[in-house]
Amino acid sequence: MARSAPSELSGPTSRILAAAPPGGSLRDGNRRFPEVVGLVTIAIVLVVALPVLNVVGRPLPGTEALGAWYWISDVQLNLLGRYLSYALLALGLDLIWGYTGILSLCQALFFCIGGYCMGMYLSLQTGAEGVYESTLPDFMVWNRVTELPLFWQPFHSFWFTMAAIVIVPSLFAFIFGFLTFRSRVRGVYFAVLTQALAYSMWLLFNRNSMNLGGTNGLTNFKQIVPTLFGHATTFRLAEPTVQRGLYIVTALCLVAAYLLCRWITRTRLGRVLTAIRDNENRVRFSGYNPANFKLFVFVVSAALAGVAGALYVPQTGIITPGKMSVAASIDMVIWVAVGGRGTLIGAVLGALIVNAGYSYFTTHFAAYWPYFLGLLFVAVVMLVPGGLIGLPAQVRGRVTWPRRRDRVE
Amino acid sequence: MPEDVLCTENLSVSFDGFRALNRLNFSLQRGELRVVIGPNGAGKTTLLDAICGKVTPSEGRVLFKGQDLRGLSEYEIVHLGIGRKFQTPSIYRDHTVFENLELSFKAKKTVFSTLFAQRGHMLREQIFRILELIGLPDKIGYRAGALSHGEKQWLEIGMVIVQDPDLLLIDEPVAGMTDDESEKTGELLKSIAQDQAILVIEHDMTFVRQIARTVTVLHEGALLFEGPVDEVQRHPRVIEIYLGREKGSDAQH
Repeated sequence: MARSAPSELSGPTSRILAAAPPGGSLRDGNRRFPEVVGLVTIAIVLVVALPVLNVVGRPLPGTEALGAWYWISDVQLNLLGRYLSYALLALGLDLIWGYTGILSLCQALFFCIGGYCMGMYLSLQTGAEGVYESTLPDFMVWNRVTELPLFWQPFHSFWFTMAAIVIVPSLFAFIFGFLTFRSRVRGVYFAVLTQALAYSMWLLFNRNSMNLGGTNGLTNFKQIVPTLFGHATTFRLAEPTVQRGLYIVTALCLVAAYLLCRWITRTRLGRVLTAIRDNENRVRFSGYNPANFKLFVFVVSAALAGVAGALYVPQTGIITPGKMSVAASIDMVIWVAVGGRGTLIGAVLGALIVNAGYSYFTTHFAAYWPYFLGLLFVAVVMLVPGGLIGLPAQVRGRVTWPRRRDRVE
Repeated sequence: MPEDVLCTENLSVSFDGFRALNRLNFSLQRGELRVVIGPNGAGKTTLLDAICGKVTPSEGRVLFKGQDLRGLSEYEIVHLGIGRKFQTPSIYRDHTVFENLELSFKAKKTVFSTLFAQRGHMLREQIFRILELIGLPDKIGYRAGALSHGEKQWLEIGMVIVQDPDLLLIDEPVAGMTDDESEKTGELLKSIAQDQAILVIEHDMTFVRQIARTVTVLHEGALLFEGPVDEVQRHPRVIEIYLGREKGSDAQH
């Protein structure tokens, strides 16, 4: 280790100094190198390798032949793109739940706020291509709205939309969090409040008078027209190249979000967050105001959820209030629990595995999915409290039966 | 003239009509080591709670270095220079010993300052000094939850010291400790009392005799007696309400 003790220290102190790594956590100092290699590999696979496999091995147009065995079909890539946006949301949820110990049951709401911002932009870009050949979105024509509502106007702009995707959910979380955390609403009470918030917003978004498409939500998107360096470029959503591009953007955003969360959890602030989870009272008497830290992490998680929703919408082609239901938020909690809360990679893994399971089951045994999900959740909570990511350690530990060990609260 | 670092004026705290503290007047000087004793329910822990902002006084006030603490929240009071050790060890069990001390270290503690905080030499040296002081230098990288009970108590005392407070409030530091550990704790408190005022609550009379110069006896939320250990143990009222009840244990030696 290329580090020396300060000259004025000698004896036992210098020995300790040599044992303590200069930055990051004391626990994982020497295991850093392989971890970085693993993460870079995953990032390259997601961002580069899979899209490349989508290009090579593609069956020739007009033939009936299947693609090469290693071909990632457009449908598969698109599906994976959606899962990656879920994984992005799971990172935020893990920050607030896994690291800080605050159970938020309104992450799906933030996801939808971001999604609706994107949906409004996409609806406006559809222009006169809609069913009624009006410049207004179809549902407005249908609801006999004759003029574009004021709050829709700024969503003509691509960059305004990009900003709104982050700012609107954050602002929402800030106001709600400010009021609740300051009044020291904690634990299950906070969870119930967020659930109530999600439910009331769901009711609101279902109303036609909100001018957001009511129960049917926003759909029939055609194109994204970002202005890059002063030039407006049109990307048609129906084209496989554009969908591949969206996938790559999503994968890049996931990598960026992962790095952001990794950085946050490794700062002193990150250690304050876990301290709040373990012993909030002591945090106060260590001189921190827990409300501010909770507010910070709640806002970050909301922003990540908003970005996730915005990435999800153009890849799915629709956003409805159903996505912000209380059940949707609970599903998200299950992803993180299954993957392993309190570890970032666990949250990502959980989101991918549970959603892949969802796709598989709903294709093959549609009726059994809820039972399977329920069982999985109960099994994980009871048998593998550390989630799938904690499974190897649990097996290696051999003290294995969770009843005898500290459970993650 | 010695200066009061802490004083309470007519301090009362009520819980649903029960007066845990009843018009208590109490003061402590800079650098003083004071032990507060009293039977269960005498209001000892409530006194600490009222000083550090955990409960709001229903009447009276607490002055710390001349400043009224009413209306300040716990973390603001910490920044003024009051540290608190709880009765049962209150530490961050999933963090290492080093991290426990790091989080307690006197520094700016806002969201942004912690986001960009570095582990400077000052912090490291302070922490190593404290680790030597509390006798845990070999446990620096241990998960705090894995420490023994006594070590957790010392760690928490260390966490309070590293905040660099002018007043330490210490609730039953030797509860559950062996005699050796308890004596070591006493030496530790005596060694830091030169710079900082310490208010200790303790039941263990051997320990009280080891560390105390002045003892304050609380009874039913009010001050019963204050004086040197020997006088306290000879005082008939104190023996009657408190020491006598200990079934001839320590008090009689």
